[in-house]
Amino acid sequence: MTAMEPDFIDLDGVEKVFEVRRRVGLLRRERRRVRAVDGLTFRVARGEMVGYIGPNGAGKSTTVKMLTGILTPSGGRLRVAGIDPARERTRLARRIGVVFGQRTTLWWDLPLRDSYRLMHRMYRIPDARFRENLDRCVELLDLGALLEVPVRQLSLGQRMRGDIAAALLHDPDVLYLDEPTIGLDVVSKAKVRGFLRDLNAEQGTTVLLTTHDLTDIEQLCKRVMVIDHGRLVYDGTLSGLREAGAATRTLVVDLEREVPPIEVAGARVVRVEGTRQWLAFPASASAAPLVAEVAGAYPLVDLSVREPDIEAVIARMYAERRPVR
Amino acid sequence: MRLYWTVLASGFRRHATYRVATAAGVFTNTVFGFVLTFTYVALWDERPRLGGYDMAEALAYVWIGQSLLAACSLMGGGFEEELIQRIKTGDIAVDLYRPADLQLWWFSANLGRAAFQLLGRGVVPMAVGALAFDLALPEHPLTWLAFLVSVLLGVTVSFAVWYLVALSVFWLLDGAGAVQVAWLSGVFFSGMLLPLTVFPGALGEVARALPWASMLQVPADVFLEKRTGWELWEAYAFQAGWALVLLAAGRAVQAVATRRVVVQGG
Repeated sequence: MTAMEPDFIDLDGVEKVFEVRRRVGLLRRERRRVRAVDGLTFRVARGEMVGYIGPNGAGKSTTVKMLTGILTPSGGRLRVAGIDPARERTRLARRIGVVFGQRTTLWWDLPLRDSYRLMHRMYRIPDARFRENLDRCVELLDLGALLEVPVRQLSLGQRMRGDIAAALLHDPDVLYLDEPTIGLDVVSKAKVRGFLRDLNAEQGTTVLLTTHDLTDIEQLCKRVMVIDHGRLVYDGTLSGLREAGAATRTLVVDLEREVPPIEVAGARVVRVEGTRQWLAFPASASAAPLVAEVAGAYPLVDLSVREPDIEAVIARMYAERRPVR
Repeated sequence: MRLYWTVLASGFRRHATYRVATAAGVFTNTVFGFVLTFTYVALWDERPRLGGYDMAEALAYVWIGQSLLAACSLMGGGFEEELIQRIKTGDIAVDLYRPADLQLWWFSANLGRAAFQLLGRGVVPMAVGALAFDLALPEHPLTWLAFLVSVLLGVTVSFAVWYLVALSVFWLLDGAGAVQVAWLSGVFFSGMLLPLTVFPGALGEVARALPWASMLQVPADVFLEKRTGWELWEAYAFQAGWALVLLAAGRAVQAVATRRVVVQGG
């Protein structure tokens, strides 16, 4: 299925320009055009799970709003499952699911079950299918005890799980997740991630995941897209992002006694503290020959390898404002 | 269509969960009813047959007003508060990506709310009023049915007006001013303070022709059997006409709002 539809989500030079009016002086107003999304081009194949990251105000939410048809692009071409979202919002709506971490699609003063009943009618889900999907979600998301509880009485983690179930009852082909783990505790996060991973693997649901929590991406997505100032600055694997960001891994060695900084090919000492030394080497290189060389030439007691901090890579990328590709 | 029935039923149930609020509303409506009754008694004692009503009819008018106050959102407090809030916070985005029509959705939800308010906050004050005072009640049993149809049309016009008020927030960003204008107009032009038939000359004619008349004056006249036979159909046509015009306006504004205006927040 994946190979069949490589351009399930297809953006070609998509732009969104907002006009912002700003007050200058007492009566005068200045009109300014803001490019929230500026020539965005990418494709997502059916069944892919893609992380979509970028700093606040980069254009992530605007992109998702255009993909759901709430906003009309100012330029370019955009298709989801062959549908132009802005033109056929309602038709597309039956095929997508959306989860906003910061908003709820559930009805505040009704029990969870009533919200699901509304979804049932709204998406015209066949009765048998609805029951099956609801049962599965209730089991996997641990909602059994919550179905009769009004949404306003749910904790954030419970509500989030309820929201995810609500987005999936109609078997959407595409799921947009906007910060699905925001504000959740470690256990709830793990639960949500596990569920999403299984969903993608078993149902083949295409997932676009927007988040500031890079652990979400590390645990769920093979592919990551980075957007900044409305432009795509990176599109590839997470490990590729480390390399592209000129990231380094660190070999930490503990020696028997204090020695001058270690001299080996392919690595350099970045820090020395008593008998412990830190050696930086390219993230793309293997640690094995380096370890062998150090062990051969120095009185090695213990060692460990530290992965580059992906947050640091991205933070640097945002700061430098340059495409790393 | 089943979806909108479910929405209607949910609207009913949602309001049914707030029992204390309903009880408080019933109490307020009843107290209001007594205050207005004594004012009207004083007024109609001084000027019998004012506005074409005798005392019993005038007092029935007071209690009909109290019964419809919540159902027809004469002073606001209906679905519009929630809709305005959703537009302000950007939660409206959630409503927009659903495969449902925004106007029909809120219309159904409001109808469910109104049905509950009519039962929950309408029946008791009316009964109290009828027990405490001598009210003019319908002679023909069918008048009750005719009255309910008129109330349904009144609720529809009320929805259409408040929907426009709520959508204005897409541009105004804050609904407080528009809401205030709307509920002041509602109280005055629906006939909540005094029956519109009391107003003299051009003011009275204008007031009776405005949409707000559909929300109280017209249903009350149907109840009091002032509008029967052909005139009943005229009354319905007046209400339905405003409903259609205002609902169409709401649709047009909705189309512009969702196409041109930015959804607030993240």
